[in-house]
Amino acid sequence: MSYIRKPAFQHPNLPKNEIGLTRRDYEGAMSTLCAGCGHDSVSAAIIEACYALGVEPHRLAKLSGIGCSSKTPTYFLSKSHGFNSVHGRMPSIATGASMANTGLKYIGVSGDGDSASIGLGQFAHAIRRQVNMLYIIENNGTYGLTKGQFSATNDRASVGRKGQKNQFDPIDICSLAIQLGASFVARGFSGDKAQLVPLIESGMAHEGFALIDVVSPCVTFNNHLGSTKSFDFVREHNNAVMATDFVPAREQIHAEYDKGEAVDVQLHDDCTIRLRKLDDDYDPTDRASALKYLADHHDRGEVVTGLLHVDTGIENLRDKAQLVDQPLNELVERDLVPSQALLDEVNQRRRW
Amino acid sequence: MNVQRPLGMRPTDIEDPQFFHKIVDCQWACPTHTPVPEYIRLIAQRRYTEAYLINWYSNVFPGVLGRTCDRPCEPACRRGRVEDKPVAICRLKRVAADNADSIDAYMPEIPAEKNGKRVVCVGGGPASLTVARDLLPLGYHVTVIERDKQSGGMMRSQIPSFRLPDRVLDEEVDRILDMGVEHRVGESVSSMKALLDEEYDAVFVGTGAPRGRDIDVPGRKEAAANIHVGIEWLMSVSFDHLDAVGKRVIVLGGGNTAMDCCRTAKRIGGEDVKVIVRSPRETMKASPWEIEDAEGEDVDIWNNHVPLEFVHEDGRLTGMRFEKVRAEYDADGKRSLVPTGEEPVLVPCDDVLVAIGQDNAFPWIERDIGIDFNRWDLPDVDPVTMQSNNKRIFFGGDAAFGPENIIRAVSHGHHAAISIDLYCQGKDLTDRPPPQHNLISQKMGMHQWSYHNSVSEVDRHIVPHAEKGIALKDLHLEVELGFDEQLGFDEAMRCLNCDVQTVFTGPKCIECDACVDICPVDCLNFIANGEEQDLRERVRVPATNTEQDLYVSDGLPTGRVMVKDEDLCLHCGLCAERCPTNAWDMQKFTYIEAQARDTWRP
Repeated sequence: MSYIRKPAFQHPNLPKNEIGLTRRDYEGAMSTLCAGCGHDSVSAAIIEACYALGVEPHRLAKLSGIGCSSKTPTYFLSKSHGFNSVHGRMPSIATGASMANTGLKYIGVSGDGDSASIGLGQFAHAIRRQVNMLYIIENNGTYGLTKGQFSATNDRASVGRKGQKNQFDPIDICSLAIQLGASFVARGFSGDKAQLVPLIESGMAHEGFALIDVVSPCVTFNNHLGSTKSFDFVREHNNAVMATDFVPAREQIHAEYDKGEAVDVQLHDDCTIRLRKLDDDYDPTDRASALKYLADHHDRGEVVTGLLHVDTGIENLRDKAQLVDQPLNELVERDLVPSQALLDEVNQRRRW
Repeated sequence: MNVQRPLGMRPTDIEDPQFFHKIVDCQWACPTHTPVPEYIRLIAQRRYTEAYLINWYSNVFPGVLGRTCDRPCEPACRRGRVEDKPVAICRLKRVAADNADSIDAYMPEIPAEKNGKRVVCVGGGPASLTVARDLLPLGYHVTVIERDKQSGGMMRSQIPSFRLPDRVLDEEVDRILDMGVEHRVGESVSSMKALLDEEYDAVFVGTGAPRGRDIDVPGRKEAAANIHVGIEWLMSVSFDHLDAVGKRVIVLGGGNTAMDCCRTAKRIGGEDVKVIVRSPRETMKASPWEIEDAEGEDVDIWNNHVPLEFVHEDGRLTGMRFEKVRAEYDADGKRSLVPTGEEPVLVPCDDVLVAIGQDNAFPWIERDIGIDFNRWDLPDVDPVTMQSNNKRIFFGGDAAFGPENIIRAVSHGHHAAISIDLYCQGKDLTDRPPPQHNLISQKMGMHQWSYHNSVSEVDRHIVPHAEKGIALKDLHLEVELGFDEQLGFDEAMRCLNCDVQTVFTGPKCIECDACVDICPVDCLNFIANGEEQDLRERVRVPATNTEQDLYVSDGLPTGRVMVKDEDLCLHCGLCAERCPTNAWDMQKFTYIEAQARDTWRP
């Protein structure tokens, strides 16, 4: 980590987004992670996506648990709301917050330890309930803060830094999420922002539970030969099934595509995710075939990336709970207490 | 067989010292290539003597230049592109000079046994003195012939002592004279032929541009008693031949001499002093800070007034009449001053000082001794070797290419000394000695560097001035008080250490993007290669400043290249701190411009 503050000087020609902010206005404090940590690239991708979307920083809340990954919300969007929860308990905080104030966007940042081990139960129920949030897992297959033990997502074939063998099969976060019914599931790679940034933009625009599993190499404990979560391994075995472009509502679409080449997925607010299939065998709308594809390709040692599953028809938690648009703490007595006439009418209906 | 040429730019050759040299904007812009960031760091460490020596080696007159330099380094300073104002490099130089201990112990040794070659320098200004300083340690016998009683040239005769105190000038001039110059003062050379007959092995002409331009409008002759040519008038004041001027003074001209004239007039009796300039303010030749200082002393500056005539009564000047104009530019950008049609303006005055330029004059050089003169009556001088068509005769300073400034004259002196040395040793003058350069990692620990990489964000500090009421009463009281140690330190910390270079080692890079993410000024990129213009458009923020280079790596494993736009790099080292593999390293680039045979350096 660096001991100096990032200089405030910025490029004088740095472009501004639609609300007049530069990319640097979305930054946070200096990272204290190891030099070269994949997580810092994920933070940079989140900054890039929020800048491109023109997110108003005060309309966003970032939530996290415990771990290297869960430190990172400090390193982006310093003008947004934040909550750093107990280990593995970020999903319940996010659930509560997302219900209490529907006016904010929620980004949860977690890791393979926080979500696939101690917090697996909470993680599963956030999906099951279709909490309105973008859930990013910075997945490096190792417990970096406790010096490099195998985590629950580490592949069986992946050996430790000193050659230790891994005895357990991994939990595949994307397969699990698809199985549990998540409406937006993607996998990215911290070393490929061209792919990751549009995924984050799409995930933030998606109404419902969006999961992005980002393979984010741990340069200190899991970036060696024999690791399946190293920069080199992911680059060599990356099977990107889908190229994703995020098309915001304000942009007129001029580009012409050949029929069948691109599939547009319409989101709310007239935003569009434009998918270009890189593998014809892959169908991101079919859960069963997606699961099979992931299992098959995992067995071949490939890392399948891209937008793996999307379903815009699933009812999210806010819809299920029929929430009002206002934040709950803004509801006044007049909103909450029925009038005498209405109360009388309700009571009348209960009489028999 | 066809050889496949890789597409796009070739990898940058960082073995070529000029690539990194150009990144050190101040040093690149300095005619003598003074290692500016190096001495600024030494000032911050209170190592003033070393800071002074670095200056002295490169620019010979640090105390003088720390007060009077034309500062080509400052407009070039990277800080001016990153924020508003450059580092006050010139005033930091003065901090080094003000606080340095004696440097006597570090002076080059002068050989007791001479090499038998004799060199004469005509004129005792900065160019000639530089030639003497460079050649004396090599065993040359050097004679300096000076018209006045003391050497120093225009530094003494034209720069008023309230800007440059005599003691500062004397110290730096005497230091060179004490190295064993044969000093012939009070002697005007009236014939080059006669001088050549004295059988010197080489002659250096450093006589400056001694002739002030006059103005030819009606009334010039009649009112001559109160019309003075600026540089001659300044010299008369400087040598105590003149100590008064009328209450109402007009200075004609918009250059630095005009600024010195008006401020001098303010101190010897001028109350209502106006500088009246033909052209608009933007095109005035004076340095902005000199204009600022003049205005600070209540001098009025009028622009767009063209002199029509001197008004006089009974042979006495009573005023000047001006026509008001405005500047108009044609399609080619050529300016013409068009009368506005308003009534001419009559400005009453007692004295007029004419500071509208100066010219070279060589009435003492016979035209049949092998020196060619061009159509401006300037000698033909090789801009690299400073040699004239007469191989034995060299020129430098204002005498070579017309009026410039002190630092340029010093640079000419260095070049001429190299040439004279080569010439006297019978060697090829075009085979110039190369600069010395070096590149050393500054890494001290995990994230520690041997330079202060945290960027100071404070504004440029203003140099304190003597109180106006007191300053204007004393012609010899130095107006600028200079930075004290604390201010000097604070200003030194503004330096971005542009000589500490970001050096990229491609084979170590794992393309993790960490450096791209942390760079505060978005100058790093990992993209597909292309031709330069293409790359300039495709980088994160388009690289529109084509005066600054792109640093391009060899191909990386993903097929991309690293492209760095050098324009705004803060040299903060964060890329190297974030790099997990040391593919980036911060390395100090030392560049020392060659001098005559380089037998001595601090």
